[in-house]
Amino acid sequence: MSASKSTPHDSGPAHVSGAARYVDDYPLPESCVHLAFGLSEMAHADFSLDLAAMRAAKGVVDVLVAADLPGINDVSPSVHDEPLLAVGTVHYIGQPMFLVVADSHLNARRAARLGKVEYTEKTPLVTLDQAIEADSTFGEPLSFAIGDAEGALAKAPQRLSGEVEIGGQEHFYLEGQAAYALPEEGDIRVVSSTQHPSEIQHKVAEALNLPFHAVRVETRRMGGGFGGKESQGNALAVACAVVARRLNRPAKMRYDREDDMLITGKRHDFRISYQVGFAPNGRIESVIFEHFVKCGWALDLSHPVADRAMLHADNTYHLPNARITSHRLRTNTQSNTAYRGFGGPQGILGIERVIEHIADALGLDPLAVRQVNFYRAKGDLTPYHMQVEDSISQELVEKLAQSADYEPRRAQIAAFNAASPVIKRGISLVPVKFGISFTLTHLNQAGALVHVYSDGSVQLNHGGTEMGQGLNTKVAQVAASVFGLGVEAIKITATDTGKVPNTSATAASSGADLNGMACKDACEKIKARLVAFAREKWGGEVRFGDGQVQVGTRSMRFAELAAQAYMARVPLSATGFYKTPKISWDRQKGKGRPFLYFAYGAAISEVELDTLTGENRIIRTDILHDVGNSLNPALDIGQIEGAFVQGAGWLTIEELRWDDDGRLLTSAPATYKIPCASDTPDMLNVALWDGANLEKTIYRSKAVGEPPFVHGMSVFFALADAVAAAGGDRHFDAPATAERLLMALNK
Amino acid sequence: MITFVLNGELVQADDPSMTLLDFLRLKQGLTGTKEGCNEGDCGACTVELAGFEEGALKHRAVNACILLLGQIQGKSATTVEALDGAHPVQQALVAHHGSQCGFCTPGIVMALKTAQREGRQDYEDVLAGNLCRCTGYAPILRAAKAAAEVPVPKGPDEAALMAGLSEGGLTDVDEFATWYAQNPDATLVGGATEVGLMLTKELKQPPKLAFLNRIPALQNIGHEIGGMRIGSGVLLARLRGLMAGKHPQFGEMLRRFGSVQVRNSATLGGNIANGSPIADTPPPLIALGASLTLRKGAARREVLLEDFYLSYGVQDRQAGEFIENVFIPAQEDTLGVYKISKRFDQDISALCGAFNIGVSAGVVRRASIAFGGMAATPKRAKAVERALIGQPWNEKTIAKAQLAFAADYTPISDQRGSAQYRLILAQNLLKRYYLEQTGAGRVRVVGGVA
Repeated sequence: MSASKSTPHDSGPAHVSGAARYVDDYPLPESCVHLAFGLSEMAHADFSLDLAAMRAAKGVVDVLVAADLPGINDVSPSVHDEPLLAVGTVHYIGQPMFLVVADSHLNARRAARLGKVEYTEKTPLVTLDQAIEADSTFGEPLSFAIGDAEGALAKAPQRLSGEVEIGGQEHFYLEGQAAYALPEEGDIRVVSSTQHPSEIQHKVAEALNLPFHAVRVETRRMGGGFGGKESQGNALAVACAVVARRLNRPAKMRYDREDDMLITGKRHDFRISYQVGFAPNGRIESVIFEHFVKCGWALDLSHPVADRAMLHADNTYHLPNARITSHRLRTNTQSNTAYRGFGGPQGILGIERVIEHIADALGLDPLAVRQVNFYRAKGDLTPYHMQVEDSISQELVEKLAQSADYEPRRAQIAAFNAASPVIKRGISLVPVKFGISFTLTHLNQAGALVHVYSDGSVQLNHGGTEMGQGLNTKVAQVAASVFGLGVEAIKITATDTGKVPNTSATAASSGADLNGMACKDACEKIKARLVAFAREKWGGEVRFGDGQVQVGTRSMRFAELAAQAYMARVPLSATGFYKTPKISWDRQKGKGRPFLYFAYGAAISEVELDTLTGENRIIRTDILHDVGNSLNPALDIGQIEGAFVQGAGWLTIEELRWDDDGRLLTSAPATYKIPCASDTPDMLNVALWDGANLEKTIYRSKAVGEPPFVHGMSVFFALADAVAAAGGDRHFDAPATAERLLMALNK
Repeated sequence: MITFVLNGELVQADDPSMTLLDFLRLKQGLTGTKEGCNEGDCGACTVELAGFEEGALKHRAVNACILLLGQIQGKSATTVEALDGAHPVQQALVAHHGSQCGFCTPGIVMALKTAQREGRQDYEDVLAGNLCRCTGYAPILRAAKAAAEVPVPKGPDEAALMAGLSEGGLTDVDEFATWYAQNPDATLVGGATEVGLMLTKELKQPPKLAFLNRIPALQNIGHEIGGMRIGSGVLLARLRGLMAGKHPQFGEMLRRFGSVQVRNSATLGGNIANGSPIADTPPPLIALGASLTLRKGAARREVLLEDFYLSYGVQDRQAGEFIENVFIPAQEDTLGVYKISKRFDQDISALCGAFNIGVSAGVVRRASIAFGGMAATPKRAKAVERALIGQPWNEKTIAKAQLAFAADYTPISDQRGSAQYRLILAQNLLKRYYLEQTGAGRVRVVGGVA
């Protein structure tokens, strides 16, 4: 069967030859205009514009301000609080105020700097503290609880409290945001680097006062997304569509990297404070968390992000009594958005800090405290009252600790540290349990469209988007498996709102789960027709495999069957649909089953720390991760390795800094550092857990995009272990830059 | 008019200030080379550039986004489109699942392809300038190792294609000196790793550009009695090789300076003349007692490098004057060089410290210590030096001398590090140097020179 094979990424050969096309690579007519936004230089101010110089600048074709927009001035994915172009007031440095249309990308960028803006400054809220102080929030805090958190805390034998600050993260997709629009006889066609073509369709339609059917959005591939292209592409696509329609010319927009980093939202920064009560063996009896979430200037997806952080405040641990309260703060900074894990990693870091704190207080190995708190295999309730039915943390962690020699290496590290005054080593094991499904229940649906042509070749379309994760390869494997074909017989085409409508974002790790199932549904419909046709015509059992179809005693190529079916007027095209079963969630009550299942895993990292400078290296990382029955082990391992490094980057070298005025200081790769090749562990061992998904997902696989991102946390806590070995304060904030580590060592 | 070889064919272009990347994508329709950052920091635009160096054809990976057409007159550029998909590096990347989103991939192909041709197997260094956000690099490193087992395919005869092409423009250093004295408003382009940003980020359009890489005399390296004279146009990639033999810690620091692509474009003279307080070559050069030959027209003068930096953004260089070469006195190697940055590779330093301390009979006889990132210019730590000279070479002296850093430097806080962090680092690096010189075992996690 094609599914479960390590089929290489379908675009691999096109990637390596430079033939793979991204939005900016398509040849467009000479008449195409290029767009650039003029950006606010103030974090909070009323403003007025004088754009005369710009209109006269070289190559400028047109300049638009908010008043020039024909429809709704909004690019928000949620509550219509995010104008495409600012109206009267700006709310962060980098906010688009006007739109320049020019004959080239460079001329548009040059002209955009010629706008004269007069600001009347207001006080900006840049930090979490300032927002808390000013009570600047998006609504009331959300809280949910299980048991008697306060009572159990008061009665607990031991208590601790603390706080951890967690920095945000820039997506740094290698391909910046980009879109173009083509006017088509009153309709509009948009090509966008987006994880969410349907939302682009909706926002463009709103902006142009068109029904959805007049807007077609296509996405062939993205050069990386990571959540950063779930909503952040809206502005470019809408701008292009507005201009294309206004001038009746093709319009293209791509952000220069620095504009991209200034304009777009990032991972949410968090502050998590906690009070925990526990038994002498480290068993948590009660925990109370307060999450303070820096949302930025507009709402975007902050509510579901902050919700997911709350839903991961338990990680792999059974918390018999718990209360989690979440405050969503509005600041004059970029509007933070989806980023791989979608708040989950921040929530997990909170409870992992609690575990480390308890272990420190009790003088225990943090692993022992982790183990004593794991959910049982089934029966325990989460803080949101969902019964955990599939926990494998205990066995998985034991197996990993064994295979990676955790105990013997602990002893070796202690010996090394005793003999090494300057360089200290540390080790940590961090587990993960990650909930799979969109918490907004209605998003858990997907569609597919499958055509079998009369030559037996298959064309497949589904609502998911390809951002590098290999979704198209996996879904093609599903189709190939149903028809008993090789994967090369399946062609997947660009995601297209004209082929599969009303799609959800490719997000929440759900791509293969949802679209794989929808594809299977479509393929099985066609297959059922082919079987009925073959039975009727030739009689006997019908079986598909190896590109052949066995009908009773006769065997034919799949292509022959397709041709015969066509001649007999059998419809060879079908749509497929899937909706996730079992789930329901009431976020106000904090009760329900938001997730169909959990994905599990654990990582052990060993690091080396220079106590004179805070510089450090990852020596070795071992990961054991649960993808159920893998749809494609090579692609899954690729996701795990990549997510680990991205997660480690988030918690170590990737640091976002704003100045007091709200200007992002780290707005370019010169100042914002993502991991490079030498930042990876000297030894990296990744293995897949051997076990099927208990739920009936596509071939019993599990989602893989986000859960392994949490493995990077093993590096963070290994550094804490090394700091502790040197006598420093192990409870430092994230990211653990060399500076922060040196300060923790000297504390 | 610029003429060069592109993928085995002669091409012409008229705007020397256009970047090679824009030329490829906008004029040639070669969209395989990607724009990731437009500032030389991500490597998605990596191409291979061939030219004659010391009489031999040499291939180098460079960033096309900040390479100006004026720099490649007479050279030969190869992009991913010239490979047929069957290159061992391409095949290995597919087989080892080395691409996910694929956007960085053409740049990685070209970086590895050039490395394979040059016989390099230090893949982490080779790829330090190529960011990948998807894979975590593991499959790319596996592919690189696999490709090294396969013979290097033969490309077109670039030497023959380049044979008829001149360097173009001013190639004689004397003629250039005269011209620049008369045109002091010209912008000098060494490797364009700085000027490139002026064009792509600040969006400036300097009216006159002078391309120094066309002047062979500025690329000379002379071994004289008393020291080494290095032309200001010498690439940092070549400097690394030179220093690895003489002052290994300088060489090791240069391994982490920028990336392969940056070091293949950037020049020693550019790094010095730019006057940045966080430039990485001045601290070790100052600690080595290096001096500059400055030239204006026919007139030359010698300036100690430490005296060249007057204040923030101001150097002792007159209008129309340029750095012709850098002289490093011959000496026993006691140089320690420490570059501290948020990320090890391809990152601008929070600070860079260089220590050159001579000890005999247990007593400090000479000390020259210089830092970048601690003041408005690269600057010597004279108070620390005074606290060391004449003192016994022991921990007590070090502890005392560490305190003197506060007298030498009042560093600033910025996104690369706080003032407090910088000061503690400087103090601790003196200790690191002491421990290294006295053989106290491993004292750094990366780049220790045995």
